[in-house]
Amino acid sequence: MESATIDQIIDKHRGEASSLIQIMLDIQGEHHWLPREALDRVSERLQVPMSRIKHIATFYKAFSLVPKGRHEVHVCMGTACHVRGAQRVLDTVQDLTGISPGETDPEMKFSLETVNCLGCCALGPVVELDGKHHGNIDPGQIATVLENCEQGKSQGPTTR
Amino acid sequence: MCRICSAETLEKTRQEIRLRSDPSTPCIAVCAGAGCLASGAAEVIAAFEVELESRGLTAAITTRGTGCPGFCERGPIVVIHPQEICYLQVKPADVAEIVATTLVDKQLVERLLYVDPATGSKITREADIPFYKNQQRNILGANSRIDSKSLDDYLAIDGYAALAKALLQMSPDQVLEEIKRSNLRGRGGGGFPVWRKWAESRNAADPTRYVIVNADEGDPGAFMDRALIEGNPHSILEGLIIGAYAVGAHQGFIYVRQEYPLAVENVNLAIRQAEKSGLLGNDILGSGFDFRVQVHKGAGAFVCGESSALMTALEGRAGEPRPKYIHTAVKGVWDKPSVLNNVETWANVPLIIHQSADWFAQFGTAGCKGTKIFSLVGKITNTGLVEVPMGVSLRQIVEQIGGGIPAGKRFKAVQTGGPSGGCIPASQLDLKVDFDELTKAGSMMGSGGMIVMDEDTCMVDIARYFLNFLQDESCGKCTPCREGIRQMLKVLNDITTGKGHEGDIELLEDLAATTIGASLCALGKSAPNPVLSTLKYFRHEYEEHIKNKNCPAYACKSLLAFNIDADKCKACGTCRRSCPAAAISGAKQQVHVVDQQKCTRCGTCFSVCPSAFGAVQRLSGAAAASVSATMTLAPEETG
Repeated sequence: MESATIDQIIDKHRGEASSLIQIMLDIQGEHHWLPREALDRVSERLQVPMSRIKHIATFYKAFSLVPKGRHEVHVCMGTACHVRGAQRVLDTVQDLTGISPGETDPEMKFSLETVNCLGCCALGPVVELDGKHHGNIDPGQIATVLENCEQGKSQGPTTR
Repeated sequence: MCRICSAETLEKTRQEIRLRSDPSTPCIAVCAGAGCLASGAAEVIAAFEVELESRGLTAAITTRGTGCPGFCERGPIVVIHPQEICYLQVKPADVAEIVATTLVDKQLVERLLYVDPATGSKITREADIPFYKNQQRNILGANSRIDSKSLDDYLAIDGYAALAKALLQMSPDQVLEEIKRSNLRGRGGGGFPVWRKWAESRNAADPTRYVIVNADEGDPGAFMDRALIEGNPHSILEGLIIGAYAVGAHQGFIYVRQEYPLAVENVNLAIRQAEKSGLLGNDILGSGFDFRVQVHKGAGAFVCGESSALMTALEGRAGEPRPKYIHTAVKGVWDKPSVLNNVETWANVPLIIHQSADWFAQFGTAGCKGTKIFSLVGKITNTGLVEVPMGVSLRQIVEQIGGGIPAGKRFKAVQTGGPSGGCIPASQLDLKVDFDELTKAGSMMGSGGMIVMDEDTCMVDIARYFLNFLQDESCGKCTPCREGIRQMLKVLNDITTGKGHEGDIELLEDLAATTIGASLCALGKSAPNPVLSTLKYFRHEYEEHIKNKNCPAYACKSLLAFNIDADKCKACGTCRRSCPAAAISGAKQQVHVVDQQKCTRCGTCFSVCPSAFGAVQRLSGAAAASVSATMTLAPEETG
């Protein structure tokens, strides 16, 4: 990540230490993870010790200190999805990708995360793959969904 | 020069907007809430725009993306105004027909109408659908009447009239008195009287005060705050400004989860619109009152829904709670008096000021006034957001509005209050829902999540689920919460995987008592609720798991086995092709067999086996153990 981009983000928040979380969210949004050089720059510009930055980076769920794979798989584990069988969906995704939540496979193809509610409970259980929702999914359909994602972004409902 | 700088210009602007928009002009309102977007609403809106363009109708018919009207089950929802014709589960392919038939020829597209399951008759108007008919949509009702991105639309439905009234006709004390008379209680969970918090801040010595919107809706399965802040952000802003005026604050914050990008976008847009129009900033409406608002995105931590943790997060630090011997209303953000209320609470404020406390107090029970929005999810026919007066019974919500349990299953329990709440069994379906009654039943109102469970839901597994969630979300600062949850979860993991033993239930009760008594904040103090309430009403399920290694709901995987009944199998191959683990062998005219070694117990075979055959058996307890054992002894049989 260019240091100019980091500076731009910091300037947008007027370089205030109280905006630390907002600055880190913007970097995460831009880059999908928090590279060490970016955090060094933030620490220097805001005069905030690295220990506090790392505390925040590990405390909140939105941040990642490691790079993410090409495709982000989010399995909703909200209560509504849970009672409709989300655990079995997650187990199957884990079996098929070989990774656990929070991990990225060695080929950098998939990153797997669980989320606590996507807010579309009517569609549960839900898997979100690269921003596209796959609702009312059962374990038998997951292999197809995962296979299709490498063939370019498929048509269909998306959210930002 | 601001557009709206006095009560007169506000009313003049409102009249102009109303004159400009002829109510008889056809308008296509498509729900653009998160649930409908996930099922393709954006494509439907785009298709309408293309279709109207190609027919040269863009001037005569408007298209509008609205906030969530609540009936998520049947999204994407399209309502054609002014007739209020409601089409459900609309796909882009239906759009051309809707335009040709309904908008041009003034006929109905019958196949997209709601069919009443009781009578089989079709229902045209949105308000006549039973899901809506039995609600009292004081707050949520506005969502479908306005474009969530338009200030003009909000002004047209009397938006900011309450603000003008409060700032120009009432003193801060009168505003506070009106809120007190309304007996509005905080919608975020605890039900603390709003006026008391406001008065405490107002009476605090420090002149720098803050007001905050808590939109860190962390309860899984609850999304009413998102629907409000996405669908009608100006109503939240208006409530916040009125609150600031009453408290004497000049700076406000809106703390919204970054997982709600549309909410962040819409509320930021609303702030910019209000600033530009003079409804935020210096000398609002010529009253001399100054107020500014800043949006702070939450980075994902459930505990930040707790007031002191949220305020720490606002300061740019890790959101850990602190002891609250001194209330945050006196010492909050940067140690200044800070009033924190939930989104739905703020949304009620303009209604109370505009229509009076007496109007508000006509809804609800003696101790709990007004309405409450619930998100009705899980094993329920009509998933969605439901707004009802406080005090209606659970039965009315689940059966009348929710349409009961799908697939002919039996109702088992409803879980209210999110991870801090509890489960209420079928025997208590006639419970009147308000803050106090739910607490008496061992649960709580929480933010209003209502997760319906049927006979396939295991109550021990539900308790384990919530503790697993809470273990993840406990900030770890205090030992009773961090360790208490961890140890309870360990016991529950053992029970649900067949490793439970005598004394586990007593151990759980002991751990729960300590965690409740000694934890620092509400997260820890309420964490044992899911365990205690399921133990209270479903103790026998715990005992079945422990003594007989049997999950009566067939939900705990480790206690299950799937087996194909050789007498019933018709060798259709459906289960073999659907099995994600390739654990089923068989061929044409050959009885299929499950390889218990490979089987991951996902249950796909059970759900896909044609009901006419019913050949796949779901087993638990001793039966499951014996199936697994035989198969382990004779693996060659599986071929």
